[in-house]
Amino acid sequence: MITSLVFAFLYIPILVLIVFSLNDSKIGTVWTGLTFDWYARLFSNSQIIDAALNSLFVAVITTIISTVLGTLAALALHRYGFPGKRTVGFVFYIPIVIPDIVLAVALLVLYSFLDIKFSLATVIPGHVVFGISFVILVLLARLAGLDKAMEESAEDLGANKWHTFWKVTFPLIYPGILAGALLAFTISLDEFVVAFFTTGPGSNTLPVLVYSMVRRGVSPEINALSTILILSVTLVIAIVGWRMNKKNKQEKGF
Amino acid sequence: MIRNIRTAYLMLSPTVFWFLFFLIIPVSMIAVISFATNIGFGDILYDFNIEAYQSAFSSLYAKAILQSLWWSIIATVLCGIIAYPFAYFIANAGKWKNFLLLLVMVPFWTNLLIRLYSWIVLMNNQGVINNILLKTGIIDEPIKMLYTPFAVIVGLVYGFLPFMILPIYASIEQLNKTYLEAAEDLGANPIKTFFAVTLPLTFPGVLSGAIMTFVPAISVFVVTDLLTGGRLLMIGNVIRDAFLVEMNWPLGSAISLLLMILVLLSMITLMKFTSSDDESSLL
Repeated sequence: MITSLVFAFLYIPILVLIVFSLNDSKIGTVWTGLTFDWYARLFSNSQIIDAALNSLFVAVITTIISTVLGTLAALALHRYGFPGKRTVGFVFYIPIVIPDIVLAVALLVLYSFLDIKFSLATVIPGHVVFGISFVILVLLARLAGLDKAMEESAEDLGANKWHTFWKVTFPLIYPGILAGALLAFTISLDEFVVAFFTTGPGSNTLPVLVYSMVRRGVSPEINALSTILILSVTLVIAIVGWRMNKKNKQEKGF
Repeated sequence: MIRNIRTAYLMLSPTVFWFLFFLIIPVSMIAVISFATNIGFGDILYDFNIEAYQSAFSSLYAKAILQSLWWSIIATVLCGIIAYPFAYFIANAGKWKNFLLLLVMVPFWTNLLIRLYSWIVLMNNQGVINNILLKTGIIDEPIKMLYTPFAVIVGLVYGFLPFMILPIYASIEQLNKTYLEAAEDLGANPIKTFFAVTLPLTFPGVLSGAIMTFVPAISVFVVTDLLTGGRLLMIGNVIRDAFLVEMNWPLGSAISLLLMILVLLSMITLMKFTSSDDESSLL
């Protein structure tokens, strides 16, 4: 009973958006007939296309930097004991708990101080800070479950460190790297507060554009945009879920 | 364990420098600025005083800070009350478990702004809820929901409920079933088993859910912005306006620092309740 209520609470708002994105009426709260006009308008709206491309650009660069740096850091943290390890480990947790608005205004202050011109590129450093943290988190969990005997036997059989890494370690932790990269990508794509404070004039990311559109008032175009975003999210989650399910079944089959 | 310390430092250094430049130094700058004097027009005089903190505690801003605290606590408690039975049900749903969890993930991965916008469509004076109530004759006048604290609470709960569901779900999922069987064997009825065994054992999950809900709830500015048209303020709104509208950096920095301290304190308080060996539940 309570479960269906909660699911209703979670999904009614989303369904309302989808329904009204197909509604003929401009005022948008009374159903007057089916139309795909809003979608047509959306795809001819260059502002939205630009913002989506901006978001993709930021997310791709963020993912590349976060994954490389985060993987190196996670491997070092996992493998070596060294003075100051605890402190370093603690610092990597900060982005996960710091209120995003604090990081956002701190970066705003830094850029203003260094006289750096705000642009799309200034969004990336803040996003990478979040990205690295999540990559490290996911990878350390993966590395903790790694069997050390594999690497050791490779070395006993005469493989050098370089060989051992690429032939043994990397294939074993690759799923973790991929999961971390995906997480960094989706977080960057979805992130609003840091982007809002650190992006330059005229270079909106998609969430920043959605924010300014919503502030101007309710419009069916936003319904259409929201619907597309919700459906793409649903599709991705369904694919990931289905693949995980398949893998679980395969593993049980052995 | 140390095989080659230079390699370790070499591998860590890019990340450490990145964090230094884009996290530690900027946040330290804010800490310094919060003790400086605002001259106006974004100019700052670097002397040491606590003016910014005094004005942060003046009636104008203190009200917004207390309001945020109050609303975030209410929202967190409501999320807990809603999420626990829900997560409990999903964790015990057998083969439907994964599917139901995916259903929770869809709103979780949908942008917060879009989810808040959907409530504007619902709670408008000419919105869906009022329309339905008017048509069915339950009310004669539209109920004003937007621009009220009620809208803020709805926005906070709807925005951050998944953050509460997932950790609680994880802790119920990992619950060692032998304890439940033992309680049953020793003659406890299901209700007693729940309160004496299940709830205490899953409490770390509830606490990490509370942290993950409370932190974004207290620092968010888009909920008040979108659902009350900026008429009601939370800490996030005050910080944003201090930096972007009033150009009063020391005040914005002081309130940012207070917010960080508040978040740290709430985390430490909550951690005190959990045992240290349950760090995994904090993810």
